[in-house]
Amino acid sequence: MSTAQSLHQSRKRKNGVMMTLCVVAAGIGLAWLALILGALLYKGLSGVSLSVFTEMTPPPGDAGGLLNAIYGSIVMTIIGIFVGTPIGVLAGTYMAEYGRFSKLTTVVRFINDILLSAPSIIIGLFVYELMVRPMGHFSAIAGAVALSILVIPVVVRTTEDMLNLVPNALREAGTAIGAPRWVVIRSVAYRAALSGIVTGILLAIARISGETAPLLFTALNNQFWSSNLNAPMASLPVTIFQFALSPYEEWQQLAWTGALIITLTVLGLSIIARSLTGRREDR
Amino acid sequence: MTAVSEAATSSAMRTREATVRRFAVTDMVFRTATRLSAMLVLVLLGGVAISLVAGSWEALSKFGFSFLTTESWNPVTENFGALAPIYGTIVTSAIAILIAVPIGIGIAVFLTELCPRPLRRPIGIAVELLAGIPSIIYGIWGLFVFAPFLQTTVQPFIIWLFKGIPGLDSLFAGPPYGIGLLTSSLILAIMVLPFITSITKDVFDTVPAVLKESAYGIGCTTWEVTRRVTIPYTRVGIMGGVMLGLGRALGETMAVTFVIGNAHRISASLFAPGTTISATIANEFTEADGNLYTSSLVSLGLILFIITFIILALARYMLLRIDSRTGA
Repeated sequence: MSTAQSLHQSRKRKNGVMMTLCVVAAGIGLAWLALILGALLYKGLSGVSLSVFTEMTPPPGDAGGLLNAIYGSIVMTIIGIFVGTPIGVLAGTYMAEYGRFSKLTTVVRFINDILLSAPSIIIGLFVYELMVRPMGHFSAIAGAVALSILVIPVVVRTTEDMLNLVPNALREAGTAIGAPRWVVIRSVAYRAALSGIVTGILLAIARISGETAPLLFTALNNQFWSSNLNAPMASLPVTIFQFALSPYEEWQQLAWTGALIITLTVLGLSIIARSLTGRREDR
Repeated sequence: MTAVSEAATSSAMRTREATVRRFAVTDMVFRTATRLSAMLVLVLLGGVAISLVAGSWEALSKFGFSFLTTESWNPVTENFGALAPIYGTIVTSAIAILIAVPIGIGIAVFLTELCPRPLRRPIGIAVELLAGIPSIIYGIWGLFVFAPFLQTTVQPFIIWLFKGIPGLDSLFAGPPYGIGLLTSSLILAIMVLPFITSITKDVFDTVPAVLKESAYGIGCTTWEVTRRVTIPYTRVGIMGGVMLGLGRALGETMAVTFVIGNAHRISASLFAPGTTISATIANEFTEADGNLYTSSLVSLGLILFIITFIILALARYMLLRIDSRTGA
């Protein structure tokens, strides 16, 4: 009896220890988020002022803003999204609708998942070999292409997943009244999966708006205002990279402020994206 | 009367035929467009592989296999070897995974077994938000906040702690720079933690409730259910998540570039600065003059591509096995 009781006690104790460790692990995970956000707010907020959004990046040792970098980021993100989204949505459509059971879909899904987590610096090298080397110079358009290559796998993945969730009965109802397949896809499947597809696009924007590595040797950087897509263009992440590693205090402050802007943008986008699909996950 | 209605019918037939034909054509156009887009995904990956091989040809044909085994990296004499970056990449990723896996599984257990239901979703989202933070943010935080903290408090303490213990004292030899291999590993651990956590949590959710309840029913504790039922049932999926995290860690660029120190040498000490493949490319590519230098950097990219491709393919294969089991 006493051995049974002591066994019970030791099992209970072991359980208590392990479960406490799990709670501690969760605490650690949340603590990092709080620490990083806290440091960003503390160091970044003090540099936020109107001039950040109205002035160009300064030469070393001068005050200035991030206007050209913010502009460059927005331009390249928009082009990247506009190039990558249609391709991603169409590919996802093929995988979920026309070719749901074809061999091609299986292969594409596998390769797409690998592209999804492939190191973004590799994409940068690819676009360098593809565009920068033949053109002979760095350009904003090359940066935008690199970003669009990062957009495609995210959009493909979410589009396929969301279209697969659309009940087949809806499609059959469409076909039964004589609508051809592409009309069924356009007016039934897309409509039913719209919030999910939009979520995918938002997540893709969130991902590329903070990407640095693929821009380093495609769009490079630019100290001055430039709206020429065929010339190097500044972007927020590359500017942060350059300024944070510099010895000048004004530059480091701008880097923190830029980091805060990016983080708030990305977190905002992911929270909106999540709230769009939130109800579906709860089911 | 009949003639009129016949004419109407035949014209209706004609428009109907035309409409059906138009439908068929547009459907085919749309179908081809989707199919081509799907194939483009394959072309992209093929293009990446081909362009990397083409770009690295010059360096690889000059150095051959010794590129992989040479430690020296000298742009002046144009003698390049990839050993130091490969070493740095593998060491930092391995340490990161060793740290992140137990914590990630712990959080997943907490979320599936212990967490009060109303808190489950917010905490899950918070951990996933960690995954969304761009790597450059981790970099700037690591350089200005984390590295100084390690330099002034943690590293001197560890050096003091292991002083005189053979093996460990050279592993943790000073001076404490703050930046270096260990700092990079810790940052990487924080970065891959959300990936491992969310996949582990997802595969934990695939365990049939009946299995767990029957274990609880014979009197198992929560830990015993986790250890004897949940983890064995989901082993392949957890491995897939770990491999996915490893793939991320191996290719992670910006955060590591900030805190690794970018030194092309292999040191026994984890406190010493080092370099990784991606950090070398990010730091040196735009400054590289001469085709051989650029080509050597692209060769590094090719090595990284091959390593991560294998790791990620394994990860997906393992996760597919879990998926097909729950689908059946």
